[in-house]
Amino acid sequence: MPAPTMTLEIFRYRGDQDPAPSFQTYDVPYRTDWVVLDAINYIKDQIDGTLSYRWSCRMGVCGSCGMMINGIPKLSCATFLRDYYPAPVRVEPLAHFPVERDLVIVLDDFMEKLTSINPWIVREEERPLSEGEYRQSPADLDRYKQFSMCINCMLCYAACPVYGMDNRFLGPAVTALAQRYNLDSRDQGREQRQEVLAGHEGIWECTLVGECTTVCPTHVDPAGAIQQAKVSSALDWFKSVLVPWGKR
Amino acid sequence: MSPYYRPMARTWWLSTRAYSLFMLRDLTCVFIAAYLVFFLLMLRNVAVGREAYEAYLRFLATPGMIAFHVLALAAALFHTITWFNFTPMVMGLRFGEKRVPPRIIVGVTYAAWIAASIAMTVIVLRWWR
Repeated sequence: MPAPTMTLEIFRYRGDQDPAPSFQTYDVPYRTDWVVLDAINYIKDQIDGTLSYRWSCRMGVCGSCGMMINGIPKLSCATFLRDYYPAPVRVEPLAHFPVERDLVIVLDDFMEKLTSINPWIVREEERPLSEGEYRQSPADLDRYKQFSMCINCMLCYAACPVYGMDNRFLGPAVTALAQRYNLDSRDQGREQRQEVLAGHEGIWECTLVGECTTVCPTHVDPAGAIQQAKVSSALDWFKSVLVPWGKR
Repeated sequence: MSPYYRPMARTWWLSTRAYSLFMLRDLTCVFIAAYLVFFLLMLRNVAVGREAYEAYLRFLATPGMIAFHVLALAAALFHTITWFNFTPMVMGLRFGEKRVPPRIIVGVTYAAWIAASIAMTVIVLRWWR
C-alpha cells in the first residue's frame, strides 16, 4: 500500500513574473503528527524551493506563521493536518493585508499602528534608578496580564471584516496592547494613547463581530479590550460633561 | 515588485457561520426600527382620537402585521440574547481582587430582563385596563 498523502493548495504570487496570483497544488506525505507548517517546510525542502513564507519558532510563540487555512486565520505551526485529512487544505496569506510574495504579507501598516499607541510604560516623570524599580502586586499584574499575551501574529486583523473594509481602523491587537499598558499600574500614558484609541479610526469603528477573539491563539480577547476601552472612553466623556472643571 | 491587494468579496459575510450570525444580529435593527415606527404611528392615532386609534388597532390585527410583529419579536430576542452573552466581555467586572465569573454577569442580565418583563406585565395587566 502506498504511503498516504495529502494535498495542499497554496496561494502563489510572484509579482515579478506574473501580476496575477494563482493556486499551486502540492502532494505531501500525510503524517498524523504534522502541522501545516511541517507540510509547507517539506514542500520548500523537497518539492519547490521557490515558495516563500514566514516562520520561526514552530511552537506558537513567535507569531510569524499566521496564514489563512481553509479561509480561517490560524498559526500554521498549531494547525494539524489530521484535522483536515483526507480533504485538501487551502493555504493563503493572511486576509486583508497586501501580499508581498506567496504567503508573505506586507506588515508595515500593523507596525505603524503598533508604534502609534506607545506600547511601553510611559511615565510623566521617570524615577531615578537609585529609587529602585516600579513595584507591582500580583493583583495589579492580573489586571492586564491577559492583554500582554499578544504575540503580534495579526490573525485578529485577518479575522476582522471592519479592518478588511477600511484598513485605517486601528484594529484588535493594537487596541488590546494599548489597554495592556493603560491597565498597568506603573503606566501614566493613557492620555497620550487616548487620542489614537478614541479617535476617528479607533475603537468606535468596531462593530463587535467578535471573530478577533475567536481566532486569537493566546486568548487575549481583543474584542473585550476594545469594548472595555469604549466603556472607559464613554466614562471620560460623562466625567467631562458632569465635572467640566475637573481633570479628565 | 508591487504588492498584490486582494479585494474583499461582497459576499464576505456568507463565508463563515460567525460572520453570517453577526450580519443577522446587525439586521435585527431594521425590524426594531420598523417596530418603533409602527409604535409611533399608534401614539399619533391615540392623540387623534378614539376612532383613529380603533382603526389602527384593526390594522394591527391584519395577518401581515401580526406576522411582522412575530418576526420583530424574534429579531429583538435574538439581538438581546447575543448582546447579553457579550456582557462579560464588555464589562470585565472585578470583585475585590478576583474577576467576576462570566456566567454570573450573564445570569444577572437575564435575571434583570425577567424581572423587568414581569414588572411590565403586572403594570399592563393591573393598572392599564
